[in-house]
Amino acid sequence: MYLLQRPEDIPPRLSNRLNLRIALLTTVVIVAVATVLLRLWSLQVLDGEHYRALARDHGVLDVRVHPPRGEIVDRNGRVLVDNRTVMSLEMRPSDLPSDRGERRAELRHLGNLLGMSQGAIRNKVRETPQYAGYPVVLRQGVDRRLLFYLLENQDRFPGVRVERTYVRDYKDGSLAAHLLGIVGQVTPHQLSRPAHANLKPGDIIGQAGVEYTYDKFLRGTAGSQRIQVDALGRPRGQLRSSPAQAGDNLRLTLDSGLQAVGEAALRDKGLPGAFVAMNVHTGAILAMGSYPSYDPSFYTRPHTKAEYDAFGNRPGDPLVDRADQGGYPTGSAFKPITATAALEDHLISPSTIFDDTGSLDIGGITLHNAGGAANGPVDMSTALKVSSDVYFYNLGLHAQASGNGGQIQDWAFKYGLGRKPGIDIPDATSGLIPTPAWRNRVYRHHSNPYIDRPWTQGDNVNLAVGQGDVQVTPLQLARAYAALANGGALVTPHVGGRIVDVHGRTVRRIQPAPHRHLHISDETRNVILGGMHRAADEAGGTSDAVMGSFPIPVAGKTGTAQRDGQQDQSWYGVIAPYDNPEIVVTVTVERGGFGVESAAPIAREILERYFNLNGDSAGSVNTAAARAAGPG
Amino acid sequence: MEAAKPSLTIAPRRSRAVEWLNLRRMDGVLLGAAGGLIAFSIFTLATSTRNEIAGRPLFFVERQTLYAVAGIALMIALSRIDYTRLRDLRLTIYAAMVGSIALVLVVGTAVRGSNRWIDLPFFQFEPSELAKVLLCVSLAAFVYERVRRPFGLRQTVRLLALGLAPAALVFLQPDLGTGIVLVAIALAILFIAGIPWQHFAAIAAAVALIGIGTYAAGSAAGVQFLHGYQQDRLTAFLHPSDDPSDASYQVNQAVIAVGSGKEVGRGNEATQTELLFLPERHTDFIYAVIGERFGFLGAAFVVFLYAVLFWRAIRVMTISRSFYGTMIAGGVVAMLALQVIVNIGMNLGLMPVTGITLPLMSYGGSSVLGTFLALGILQSIHADARE
Repeated sequence: MYLLQRPEDIPPRLSNRLNLRIALLTTVVIVAVATVLLRLWSLQVLDGEHYRALARDHGVLDVRVHPPRGEIVDRNGRVLVDNRTVMSLEMRPSDLPSDRGERRAELRHLGNLLGMSQGAIRNKVRETPQYAGYPVVLRQGVDRRLLFYLLENQDRFPGVRVERTYVRDYKDGSLAAHLLGIVGQVTPHQLSRPAHANLKPGDIIGQAGVEYTYDKFLRGTAGSQRIQVDALGRPRGQLRSSPAQAGDNLRLTLDSGLQAVGEAALRDKGLPGAFVAMNVHTGAILAMGSYPSYDPSFYTRPHTKAEYDAFGNRPGDPLVDRADQGGYPTGSAFKPITATAALEDHLISPSTIFDDTGSLDIGGITLHNAGGAANGPVDMSTALKVSSDVYFYNLGLHAQASGNGGQIQDWAFKYGLGRKPGIDIPDATSGLIPTPAWRNRVYRHHSNPYIDRPWTQGDNVNLAVGQGDVQVTPLQLARAYAALANGGALVTPHVGGRIVDVHGRTVRRIQPAPHRHLHISDETRNVILGGMHRAADEAGGTSDAVMGSFPIPVAGKTGTAQRDGQQDQSWYGVIAPYDNPEIVVTVTVERGGFGVESAAPIAREILERYFNLNGDSAGSVNTAAARAAGPG
Repeated sequence: MEAAKPSLTIAPRRSRAVEWLNLRRMDGVLLGAAGGLIAFSIFTLATSTRNEIAGRPLFFVERQTLYAVAGIALMIALSRIDYTRLRDLRLTIYAAMVGSIALVLVVGTAVRGSNRWIDLPFFQFEPSELAKVLLCVSLAAFVYERVRRPFGLRQTVRLLALGLAPAALVFLQPDLGTGIVLVAIALAILFIAGIPWQHFAAIAAAVALIGIGTYAAGSAAGVQFLHGYQQDRLTAFLHPSDDPSDASYQVNQAVIAVGSGKEVGRGNEATQTELLFLPERHTDFIYAVIGERFGFLGAAFVVFLYAVLFWRAIRVMTISRSFYGTMIAGGVVAMLALQVIVNIGMNLGLMPVTGITLPLMSYGGSSVLGTFLALGILQSIHADARE
């Protein structure tokens, strides 16, 4: 033993003790080293895979790459909506530093860069309608200097990012705004739907119009970028990426030229209203507009809740699409439906004559023709031509109505009135066809102050001429007239034409089958269309003043609906050409007066554009003559 | 002296270089283990700190190499001196040690709230690293003066006071890690010196009581005995969290880094330590870097080199011709083993974060030079035994 070599140095009493103590020290060291080695074995060899996985996830950030949304083009390929990219400054409030002081310092710094006070940023975040965890867009269109500064100093701005996003670009301003619709962030409620399973908060989807209906085609597929980041969240390289796939393009049935003409004509009138131009055979919408309208690009910019509310609550309710959401009494424009019911249910024959003395007594109440004219003895065709109310009062008086239906009501339903039109944009209304059961129910429950008595036959008389409780949208009327024009097919209206992929290949044609076929005899059809043709073409016809000079024969019916406390609502529905129908146009103008005064001239402008008449061969519309022509 | 006697046999001719480097009398195995460790340190720094300072990929490598060369030269120089003469200088050494620590408190540079460094023209010098070795040498000398008489309680208390005074000053800096090392050195030397078991038990009990008592009284009086971050670091490994500002975050990251190295390491795929998830990766957490880059193979190899180092140091204790040398070597063993175990334990999530460096591995001049200084004394004891 080495220790024995130095007896002179160490007291003998210590010698043994030293051996023991060195041995103890050695034992401690050996145990410690063994512990370390065991731990090392356990961490690296036994649990290595677990920690390797943790480390792999660790420095990895998956960034969602938003796809460009498909374009929307009109029937001729003219672009109505595409995308532009903007750099937007986004903040996720939940990712801000949890420490108050740090958060305040970051907001102050950010405020200095943006020229906003700290309070302004806070207000912006508070007042932006947001869902928890969604980013708040602080500013859109970040300039390059600010962009680079923020990218270089990303670690100093946790929770703040500059995102390259796609924003919808509406090429023609407000043109067809109601049809095109808008896009917006997917809501938490929408996220919970199975169809949106692969979406993430912050994704953009269609929220109205065809953007909503055809969203799954337009949306495209989000890509992802897997980025290596360091502990401060700074990118250190890309690991792998799957590119975003652009959405398919949507080609509409809409003719943007026709649309522009219709919107301009309606806007010139300066009154709220709507128009629909539709192919009578296919249900393809060629033009459909509502006034007042709005600029959809408003929704591409960040706004506060108050600003959103103010935008929607402007006078005239511009967000409401009156073409498919505005239900109004149609006045005489309803008469072709009443006529179908009377002829098909053999209430009368085409040659049945009523003597129009200008008024009719029903149970002590005297009803007059609009304008007070007396047309003398008239048959069905003439009654339609001159729009004899007395004639149709008689039909309403003699038509049965009970329960949830009636002779006129049942035919109205068959024509698609009182029913959803099935168009490919959301929120179309079903309107209302009054029945005894409906009126009695509403009266009993006092759910409508205007319904102050139960159903009487007088309500049926009112319905026969499109007055009273009836509510029809321009789209529904167009659909009904189209069925009359095409021989009975109740078409399914649609704005979407086909889906075209990025290579220009058609992925899907949108050709919805007619909803049903009505059995209307040729005789009935000919009588009604003939009467409507005479109304537009013969002297004394209700719309002759406007349409008489139109070079292509048409069948048209005016409507002048009385509305409580308002000027009459003007309606016009027209089928052209009369002998070989292609297109139906319906127009309504609130407070527009007689049908021939406001609605018919707008319909004529649309037809001129459709038939490329450009106003030269067609005589100009004589509004004075139209007014003089009187009732309808 | 043996060498002075005329030899009857024909002595092999000694190379002058070998003679000058004192290689024959030094412990080659100890030298090899130390050299292997510092070489591994430089290699690790070379592979993992290239992007640490922009434009200077070899910043840490160059400096660590410089420290290594200086340290090895220092070790060789020390091995040639007669360490027993240090006994006579014990008062000077002790005074210089306490003085330098006190100086730091007065003129030191504060780094992260702690005064540990003195600015010298070329680098920042950390006297407490040197103090570890000086404490071994001086305290062993004081003990040696009294070792022939049986230990009385007064003697034990006096020696204990001498041993713990520098530790107390270091705690004031505050430098918890070095303080603990100094306490361990003092206790190890007294242990080897043969202090009766009863005294030792009493010391252990007193340390525990003083610790708990001071902490409890301090807390009650609203005085914090430990700084907040020290408390955090000492207790954090018991309750890990994900907050990067937390001490437990560092331990978490270190454990993930080491574990992810698996058997053979991730090499240049190492993300955990490369992407800054782990702070102090060239100093306190360099072992995690080794674990991730080189796997169990590399990490266990490092432990093996340390085990060799400990073995040879303990062997020096047993072969020392003087009990003074035995006690110095005991202090050095305690110093090295405690630092290695605490630092690696911290990297493996076994020990709290104390800011103790890994000898010969962590980057840093004071640490490297201080460790080679200690090894130089060991070599000197070894050389003396080989006379």
